[in-house]
Amino acid sequence: MTALDLQGNPQQQGAGVLPPLDCSAHAIKDDDGLSRLHLNVEGVHCGGCIRKIEGALQGQPDVRQARVNMTTGRLVIAWEGAAARGSELAQLVESLGFGVTPFNPERRRADQDREETELLRALAIAGFAAANVMLLSVAIWAGHFYDMGPATRGLLHWFSALIALPAILYAGRPFYRSALAALRGSGLNMDVPISLAVLLAGGMSLFETLTDGVHAYFDSAVTLLFFLLIGRYLDRRARGKARSAAERLLALRSGSVTLLLPDGRRQVLPASRVEKGQKVLVAAGERIAVDARVVEGRSEVDSSLITGESLPKPAKPGDQVFAGTLNLAAPMTLEVTAVDEDTILAEIVRLMELAEQKRARYVVLADRVAGYYAPVVHLLALLTFIGWLMIGGLAWQPALLIAIAVLIVTCPCALGLAVPVVQVIASGRLLRRGILLKSASALERLATVDSIVFDKTGTLTRGRPDLIDEGQPKEALDCAASLAAASRHPLAQALVRARPDIEPASGVQEIPGCGLLLETPEGDIRLGSRRWCGIADSEDSPGPELWLCRPQRAPLRFAFRDQPRRDAAEVIRRLQAQGYEIELLSGDRPATAAAVAAELGIEVWRAGCTPAEKCQRLAELEAQGRKTLMVGDGLNDAPALAAAFVSLSPASAIDISQTAADAVFQGEDLAPLPELLDVARRAERLVKQNFGLAFTYNAIAVPLAIVGLVTPLVAAICMSASSLLVIGNALRLSRGSLEAGRGR
Amino acid sequence: MSGLLYLIPIALFLGLLGLAAFLWALRSGQFEDLDGASHRILHDDDDDGSRDP
Repeated sequence: MTALDLQGNPQQQGAGVLPPLDCSAHAIKDDDGLSRLHLNVEGVHCGGCIRKIEGALQGQPDVRQARVNMTTGRLVIAWEGAAARGSELAQLVESLGFGVTPFNPERRRADQDREETELLRALAIAGFAAANVMLLSVAIWAGHFYDMGPATRGLLHWFSALIALPAILYAGRPFYRSALAALRGSGLNMDVPISLAVLLAGGMSLFETLTDGVHAYFDSAVTLLFFLLIGRYLDRRARGKARSAAERLLALRSGSVTLLLPDGRRQVLPASRVEKGQKVLVAAGERIAVDARVVEGRSEVDSSLITGESLPKPAKPGDQVFAGTLNLAAPMTLEVTAVDEDTILAEIVRLMELAEQKRARYVVLADRVAGYYAPVVHLLALLTFIGWLMIGGLAWQPALLIAIAVLIVTCPCALGLAVPVVQVIASGRLLRRGILLKSASALERLATVDSIVFDKTGTLTRGRPDLIDEGQPKEALDCAASLAAASRHPLAQALVRARPDIEPASGVQEIPGCGLLLETPEGDIRLGSRRWCGIADSEDSPGPELWLCRPQRAPLRFAFRDQPRRDAAEVIRRLQAQGYEIELLSGDRPATAAAVAAELGIEVWRAGCTPAEKCQRLAELEAQGRKTLMVGDGLNDAPALAAAFVSLSPASAIDISQTAADAVFQGEDLAPLPELLDVARRAERLVKQNFGLAFTYNAIAVPLAIVGLVTPLVAAICMSASSLLVIGNALRLSRGSLEAGRGR
Repeated sequence: MSGLLYLIPIALFLGLLGLAAFLWALRSGQFEDLDGASHRILHDDDDDGSRDP
């Protein structure tokens, strides 16, 4: 797999160096004579990208269809003729600067996609039914005041039944299934009272309609279903997005490699078929698909995906390189040391899966409350029924009617709304500030956090090198920047950022592994490594550097460092003042980690941590009874992000980390972090208030229902009133300034 | 009250029409790529594609 996201322009790298990506095996021949190829495409960000890809493919005479799906990041190509043409078409997309990986559409978890469609269909049907039944119900309610005749009421009830009953049976299935599963595991979740209330309300209303009764509750059953389905669908969509990112991680593992056979021939193979000890070629700009040792060639490797280190590391014969890293500068020959399941990348995937299983055990507050609430409600309804039957001396029908009224009046409407409404408003507020909440229970968990663990590179720091201003002459800086504009190397880019307005010099050559060269009439200008510029090694320059050599001038040094985010120190100080324990876990060298920790005032820090060690440290904290928030961005943080009690990652993080994290924040600053914690604490308080309101409502309404005083009209008014009260209380979260929230 | 006899069926018919339209849209894949459509509208179809946007 050739990821061009860092290198940008494949033509400059020499397209001949890139190994052909063999996609023909993934192409499927259809019955209608068309071959189809499904690809994961990286780097599609805008309409221009879609147009570029689709336009180029449709320009081919044999291509019948080319369609990019931006939500899932996938491309489907259909063409007439042989499957082998697939490789050429895939390369065409690559040559436009997009990384592609073939995938097998059958391996996709089709059942999950089906589930989302089913939910949407159920939502549509419940919505249709709710709107129309409400229409009829309003007439019936009004009829109570305007002497509606029993015949008209009966007719309206029959119409309602006609609409509501099929809708209840069809649209309620997601809840019935989940409730059944919970009951089978001899537990109770929120879906049990929901299913019971909806089904009983439907059944009893049908009974009332059949016997020309007054108490038909079709409207409450259907609207309850509709509102709950909205919540389910939104939740499902958020998780669907996360899933497509996880699929891309697997695609990283299944890259192809160019095998160098003993007789000098080359063969392109999937990474899973390479064996230990074989030799493979890796081109500049190509992602390495196996763990290997360098045999020949000197280059630089971007291992930010694995170690979180922002600067490229030199790779020379004898060095170890890992699957998932990117070869930046020059082609290399590697000897395979580990493949597929044994690679570091596979290890990270395993750690993540393990951690996510563990986290799935967290029970959201609403379900915990339902665990107590559901049995109480069911018991009350049962007691009401038995009480009226035995002591009250009623026949079984009116007794059952009253018992069901109890169930409906206490129907978890207010309770079911208390948490979701606060969450919707809190996530809306956070979204406006560039914070995306991904997990439904993230806010609840954030509110109880007491310690925060940071990754260094890309989290506390900007994750890219910046020029240190050491008083270099402006004219030299301009000259260096004009050369650097020709290169995509991170250090060159840092120079360009320091002087953004400089005209790029023309005729600059990039010499892989060395630097940039410009031939002028006065002599060569060089911008590159110390060795290449002919400067003697010295110990006083530990960090990354570039040297500028010009004819008849003294060589000049540009040093770089990964700067902390602008407000990092202030945010850390504020969090410490609020009583959070702050810790730094870095995969970087001890010296660098210590410097950053000292600069930001963090007392507890560890350096050189592997992904497994980060997870281990989090487990230690958990064993001490701490609730830890992990903030990180690299692939090396992904297992820790999944293992932490709750986690956050910047939007600059790789897809995998954003998937593993519970929340993602945007921007150059760390300020969203305290804001997120603040909103979480306020949301927690509001949720508790809402539970209080819901319980107060139940405490008044349930006794009335038990003594048989609740009519449909009273029930409808009570239920809407309690829901409105809960929503109104939650709305307070979106009001009020942030400062007021902080002060409290 | 006799107005109800045709007004309710009309209301239901209109509602069902909307529902059918939604289900058709769902089946024909209108909900598969929610992000792409908003960008596609900016494309100039009669352009030959030689110009980078």
